[in-house]
Amino acid sequence: MSRQSNRTTDSKKMNSELFTLTYGALVTQLCKDYENDEEVNKQLDKMGYNIGVRLIEDFLARSNIGRCQDFRETADVIAKVAFKMYLGITPSVTNWSPAGDEFSLILENNPLVDFVELPDNHSTLIYSNLLCGVLRGALEMVQMAVDVRFVQDTLRGDNVTEIRMKFIKRIEENLPAGDE
Amino acid sequence: MADETLFEFLHMEIVSHVYKEQQSGKEVMDNKDRAASVSVLEGMGFRVGQGLIERLTKDSPSFKDELDIMKFVCKDFWTKVFRRQVDNLRTNHQGTYVLQDNKFALLTQLSSGKQYLDQAPKYLAFSCGVVRGALSNLGLDSVVTAEVAVMPSCKFQVVIQKL
Repeated sequence: MSRQSNRTTDSKKMNSELFTLTYGALVTQLCKDYENDEEVNKQLDKMGYNIGVRLIEDFLARSNIGRCQDFRETADVIAKVAFKMYLGITPSVTNWSPAGDEFSLILENNPLVDFVELPDNHSTLIYSNLLCGVLRGALEMVQMAVDVRFVQDTLRGDNVTEIRMKFIKRIEENLPAGDE
Repeated sequence: MADETLFEFLHMEIVSHVYKEQQSGKEVMDNKDRAASVSVLEGMGFRVGQGLIERLTKDSPSFKDELDIMKFVCKDFWTKVFRRQVDNLRTNHQGTYVLQDNKFALLTQLSSGKQYLDQAPKYLAFSCGVVRGALSNLGLDSVVTAEVAVMPSCKFQVVIQKL
């Protein structure tokens, strides 16, 4: 029977569907709990942040990547290693600002939005905003304060999904107060 | 394809968020809040279970009987969703089934043994909903509960509701 074949690809796809469907259930629940899209966007960002600060450890443990030398290297690691590892896609890194402190991630397809359509009354909802929080939280744990936001979204009619990341500053390590 | 750790992190954050919301500023969580949280998580799982079983069975032939459905849930569905098969299925042949998973995927990262046993129900509500949702789309109305004696081993009790 067709069920027997492609066991591994099917199970990977199923994991992806489990994640996508669960994310959809989350957004639906948040829309029910909060009156407006702005609030939902904020909650998604907050939850993403909480996930990001933990995910970074899993990432560093599994990827064996050393410290990045500069923001360009960070961008490459995010696009080619992190996104590939967790979402199975490799966004392209483009639109660097002249100062080299801002860039865009272009996602041809976004696994979070498989099977998703936004109803008309949620035009300001940033469905995948969890991703922004995850990136922000993860980078904060490696001493980088960044601003992350969606500038294009296929769910809202754009051709591609574009995430803009801006380096704000380096976070100084706060060593706990010593005895002396 | 989304990595399984992503789902685990997302699930933990969802549980944390739901419980925080229900408690909303109160000092201590009371039983009503706890029940409401479990209910919200179970409801989310229900919709997810429905979706998953639809995708999984869209090309399959229909099932012979109730036991056939339960065996499918224990083997194929459990493998696809929880990455292993149910270790033990018991039934009284009168609509009650107990599915035992000795290494339940959502509990393995929490603890092995008796520590945090009181926290386990929080992390099982969603999964109970997933099972109930899957059965619902296969034509079976049920009540699904879970109990844990020693982590990460878990028993799901399914009681099929007769109309």
